[in-house]
Amino acid sequence: MSAEKVWSLFQQLSVASLVTMQVFFLTLLFALPLGLLVCYGRMSRFALISYPIRIYLLVMRGTPLILQLLFFYFVPSLLLDIPLPRFWAAILAFSLNYAAYFSEIYRGGIEGIPKGQFEAASVLGFTRSRTFFHIIFPQVIKRILPAMGNEFMTLVKDTALAQTIGVMEMFRIAQTASSREFSILPIVIAGGFYLLMNGIVSKAFSIAEKQLNYYK
Amino acid sequence: MQVLKANNICKSFESLKVLEGISFNVNKGDVLSIIGPSGSGKSTLLRCATLLERVDGGSIHYDDLCMVNSDKGGKPVYASAEVLKQIRRRFGLVFQNFNLFPHFSVLRNVTEAPVRVAGISYAQARKEGLSLLEKVGLGDKFDAYPYQLSGGQQQRAAIARALAMNPDILFFDEPTSALDPELTGEILKVIRDLAKENMTMVIVTHEMHFARDVSDRVIFMDNGLIVEEGSPDTVLVNPQNDRTRAFLQRFTDEDS
Repeated sequence: MSAEKVWSLFQQLSVASLVTMQVFFLTLLFALPLGLLVCYGRMSRFALISYPIRIYLLVMRGTPLILQLLFFYFVPSLLLDIPLPRFWAAILAFSLNYAAYFSEIYRGGIEGIPKGQFEAASVLGFTRSRTFFHIIFPQVIKRILPAMGNEFMTLVKDTALAQTIGVMEMFRIAQTASSREFSILPIVIAGGFYLLMNGIVSKAFSIAEKQLNYYK
Repeated sequence: MQVLKANNICKSFESLKVLEGISFNVNKGDVLSIIGPSGSGKSTLLRCATLLERVDGGSIHYDDLCMVNSDKGGKPVYASAEVLKQIRRRFGLVFQNFNLFPHFSVLRNVTEAPVRVAGISYAQARKEGLSLLEKVGLGDKFDAYPYQLSGGQQQRAAIARALAMNPDILFFDEPTSALDPELTGEILKVIRDLAKENMTMVIVTHEMHFARDVSDRVIFMDNGLIVEEGSPDTVLVNPQNDRTRAFLQRFTDEDS
């Protein structure tokens, strides 16, 4: 490939990486809070709430993400007459899938907090929501950072699956270029992009961990 | 004035009866020690009094406020959430394991509840918090984090945290049991100082000498019952009951 072609390829992948990043950030935007909600449902004393949540967790973690993408793209358009836009079907599938994993990570973090923390807060008269958001959750974040780092990095790579339902994300563009040019170079460059993104994710997490090192 | 009045408290966990009808009163300025073998229900009693456990029967009053009362069928009926909130303002609890908030500085551990629960200004809470820390000998540690403190210092910070809410009565659940023996002295000194200031306190403890020194009254519990109650000299020196005698014998053996 000529230098000119490589440069234009580089530009194409840069633009397509914006789609990849959109999928990444929108998924986090929805899945992080949703996961917390699911986690609370999972820990509920009421079987009417916790049981359906368990089934949801089993299905989302027990079936391939690629299948879920196809499901959320095709089923709504079969049921309603209006098809869900590809991009939003992908965001829906990713969010529901990652919320399931996040929920279990949150649960591990919350259950690892000593009972005495809840009791001290109760005796001091803190409300339940203040106890959770000011006493418990900050400690949970510190505990779950390593596990969350894993998930974030996996998500960066999983965004490539969005092409299954026709989302023109970075890897799709790279593959198309690869077969057009009979060259492996485009997917190698795409690999470099993923590595760069995950380098940033990894760095962000180690900064966050350092920030939270002021207490034990 | 009766700060706390507990009548016929019963509590079971599954089929295990832990409290089988406990009644006692605490007057303003009283220091009451509760002693007894492990599993006798001492800690459960404190947990029931501080709303960490719900009783299965009986009644608990804090001065004019009723926390729980039993109906004719013996079923406990708790006060409304609003009343319980008021009652929580009246007591403090010092835990065996301190339970400080690790992500807050020592000062913030002390000021958080006064600011967020009692609603006083941060400037005021900070001023009072610093003077409380001074009082428990941690004046220079206000900006340290709990992990940087020794166990004894952590427990003193926890006492300051409980005092910051100005409770009418302070409960201690084996405040020295998680500490190395050489650190228990500093905690006992703080409690002694509080007793001199007429703080109303209920102390579950295994420190018999301390209980004798500091208490106005001592309760000996065994198997969920109050076996003996009276002045420290009666209960700890001349116990009338065989079980009390047998229990105290073990401590005298250890001392010699």
